[in-house]
Amino acid sequence: MEAFGLLLHGFAVLLTWKTLVLMMVGLVLGIFVGVLPGLGGPNGVAILLPLTFTMDPTSAIVMLSCIYWGALFGGAITSILFNIPGEAWSVATTFDGYPMAQQGRAAEALTAAFTSSFIGSLVAVLLITFLAPLISSFALKFGPPEFFAVYLLTFCSFVGLGREAKHKTVISMSLGLLLAGVGMDTVSGQLRMTFGSAELLRGINFLVAVIGLFGISEILLTMEERLALRGHAAAISLRVVLSVWKDLPKYWVTLLRSSFIGCWLGITPGGAIAASFMGYNLAKRFAKDPDSFGKGRIEGVFAPETAAHASGTSALLPMLALGIPGSGTAAILLGGLMVWGLNPGPLLFVEHKDFVWGLIASMYLGNVVGLILVLTTVPIFASILRVPFAAVAPMIVVSCAIGAYAIQNAMFDIWLMLGFGVVGYVFKKIGIPLAPFTLALVLGSRAEDAFRLSMIGSGGDMKVFWSNGLVGSITTLAILLLFWPVLDKAFGSLGRLWRPAKVAG
Amino acid sequence: MSNSEVEIVVDDPTAPEADSPDVASNRVVDVVVSLLLLALAATLGWDNWRTGIGWDSTGPQPGYFPFYLSVVLGGASLYGLVAAFLSRKEARETFVTRAQARRVMAVFVPTLLFCLLTQFLGLYVASFLLIAGFMRLVGKIALWKSLLTAVAFTAVMFVTFDIAFDVIMPKGPLEAAFGY
Repeated sequence: MEAFGLLLHGFAVLLTWKTLVLMMVGLVLGIFVGVLPGLGGPNGVAILLPLTFTMDPTSAIVMLSCIYWGALFGGAITSILFNIPGEAWSVATTFDGYPMAQQGRAAEALTAAFTSSFIGSLVAVLLITFLAPLISSFALKFGPPEFFAVYLLTFCSFVGLGREAKHKTVISMSLGLLLAGVGMDTVSGQLRMTFGSAELLRGINFLVAVIGLFGISEILLTMEERLALRGHAAAISLRVVLSVWKDLPKYWVTLLRSSFIGCWLGITPGGAIAASFMGYNLAKRFAKDPDSFGKGRIEGVFAPETAAHASGTSALLPMLALGIPGSGTAAILLGGLMVWGLNPGPLLFVEHKDFVWGLIASMYLGNVVGLILVLTTVPIFASILRVPFAAVAPMIVVSCAIGAYAIQNAMFDIWLMLGFGVVGYVFKKIGIPLAPFTLALVLGSRAEDAFRLSMIGSGGDMKVFWSNGLVGSITTLAILLLFWPVLDKAFGSLGRLWRPAKVAG
Repeated sequence: MSNSEVEIVVDDPTAPEADSPDVASNRVVDVVVSLLLLALAATLGWDNWRTGIGWDSTGPQPGYFPFYLSVVLGGASLYGLVAAFLSRKEARETFVTRAQARRVMAVFVPTLLFCLLTQFLGLYVASFLLIAGFMRLVGKIALWKSLLTAVAFTAVMFVTFDIAFDVIMPKGPLEAAFGY
C-alpha cells in the first residue's frame, strides 16, 4: 500500500488555498473552452498553457489538468442542450441526451452525463494510482533499445489501427518526426535542416506548432460552418440530482462495462472517440429493448459519457509511466511538462514524487470539484453560447499569439503559428490526421536519441532490437501492428476459404 | 412538446449559403499538398544527405535518422499523389465552396494583418485593433460594444501577462510612450 501513502501525501501537497483556487480557475476556463464552439480539450490546453509558464510545475499541471477535466465536462453541456457535440467523443451523447432535453428532461440528462463522467474518470484514476507506479518501476529496467521499441510500438499502432488512410497517417507522422529534428543535433552538436536560418536554430517548438494546428486552424474550420444554434436552457435542482443518483445502482453493469472499455481504449492510442461509440453500442446491444435507445433513454447518456471520460483520463497513464501520451491532449500536457524541465517517463516517479502524486491527487480532487461546479453552474455556461462568435474568434487568435510568443519570446514563433494554422486547416480537410503529427513532434527527438544510443551500443547491428525476450516481443508486436490491416485481410480471406468448406463437410 | 424552460436561440445571419459554387475539389488540394510534401521531402533529404547519412566512429551521423524519414515521407507523398489522381471519390468531394472560402478569408486575413501589426506596433495595440475591427466589420456588432470588448480584453491580457505573471509581450511605440 505504498501507493496509498504517497497519494495521501499528494493530497497534503494540494490542500492549500492557492492550489484549490487554481483548480477552480482551471475548471471554469476548461468548461468555458469546452462549451465554446470549435474549441475543446487539446485546443483549450494548448491556448491556456502560457498562463502556467510562471507557476511552479505542480500548480501548473494541476491547473492544466483541471482545464482538461473542465473541457470534458463542458462538451456534454452543448451535446445535450444544443445537439452540438463540442468534441467528436461527445457525438454518442447527443443520441439520447438531446431527445431527453426535447422532452423537458434536460436537467436529468445533464446530471446523468456529469455523474457518469465522474464515475468514468474515477475508475481510470484508480487504475492510474495502482498501475502507473508498477509500470514505471518495471520500465526503469528499460535501456535505449527497449525505449525505442516502445516508441516504435506507439507509432506503428497509430498507422496500423488508425481509421484514416494509411499513407496519410505515415505522412503526418514522418513530417512530425522530421520537424522534431530541425535545429541543433543533440548528440553531435551539428546543425540540421536549418538552411542557414538563425530562427530555425532553436528548432520548431512543439507548443507553437500545437497552438497553430489546433487553435488557429480550428477557428478557420469553425467559420466555414453555419453558426446558428437553438437549444434548451436548463437549471439543475437538487431534487433531480438526487433522483438520478438514486437510480444509479440500477445501471451498474452499463457503468462498469463502459469504464472498462474506456480504460482499455484510453491506454492504447486511438482513444476516446472509439470508446464512447463502443460504450453506447454495447449498452444498446445488451439492453432488453434496444429500440428505446435514441429516443431519450438515460442509459444512452450514461454509457458513452462514462467510456469517453474513462478513456480521456486513462490516456494519462502511459504518459506518466512511460512518457508516451495516449491522446492528443496528453501529448500537449507532456509538452508542458518538458517546458518546466520535467522529463516524463519512469524516472518521474523516482525523482519527482511530489509532483507525480500531486498530479494524481489532483485528478481525484479536480473531478469532485468539477462535478459540483458543473451541477451548480450549468445555466451560466449554457448562456455563454449567446456570445457571438465574431467576438470570441479574435480573442482566441490573440490568446494563441500570446501563447506562441511567450514560449521563447520570439516574433518568428507567431509567424510559425500562423503557418501551422493553415497547415492544420488543409490537413484536416483532406483527411491527414493531426494526432500522429503531434505525437511524433513531441516524441521525435527522444525516439531518435533512443535509436542512436542503441545503435552505438550494438555497433550498428539492428539485431539489438531482438536481443532479449522483452525488446524482441515489443519490436515484433510493433511490426505486426504496422501490418495489421494486411494481416487482418489475409486472415479474413483465409477464414472465408475455410468456412464454406466446413458447411459443405 | 411544450415545456416551461426558456430556449436559447442564436442566429448566424452571415452563414455561408449551401448552394455556393465550389472553389476546389478535395482531389486538387490533395494533389497540390502531395506535391508540396514531396518537394519538402526532397529538400530535407538532400540537406540531410549533405550533413552525412553514413556511420562514423561515434555511430550514426546526424543526418542518418532524418534522411530515412525524408525517404519515408517522400514515398508516402508519392503514393498519396498517385492515389489522389486515381480517386474518383475525392474528385466529387468539395474542399471549399466560394461562400465558405469568403468566410475563412474573413478570419484569415485579419489574423495575418494582426501578426504584421504585432511586429511593428506591439501585441497589445494589434490585439485591440483586431478585436474591435473584427467585431465591428465582420460580426456587425455595435461600435460601442466592439470598442468596449476590445479595450477590456486587451487590458486584462496586459495586466495578466505583463504585470501579474511577468510574461513580456512584444511592444511598440505606444507602450514606449507610456514608459513600458
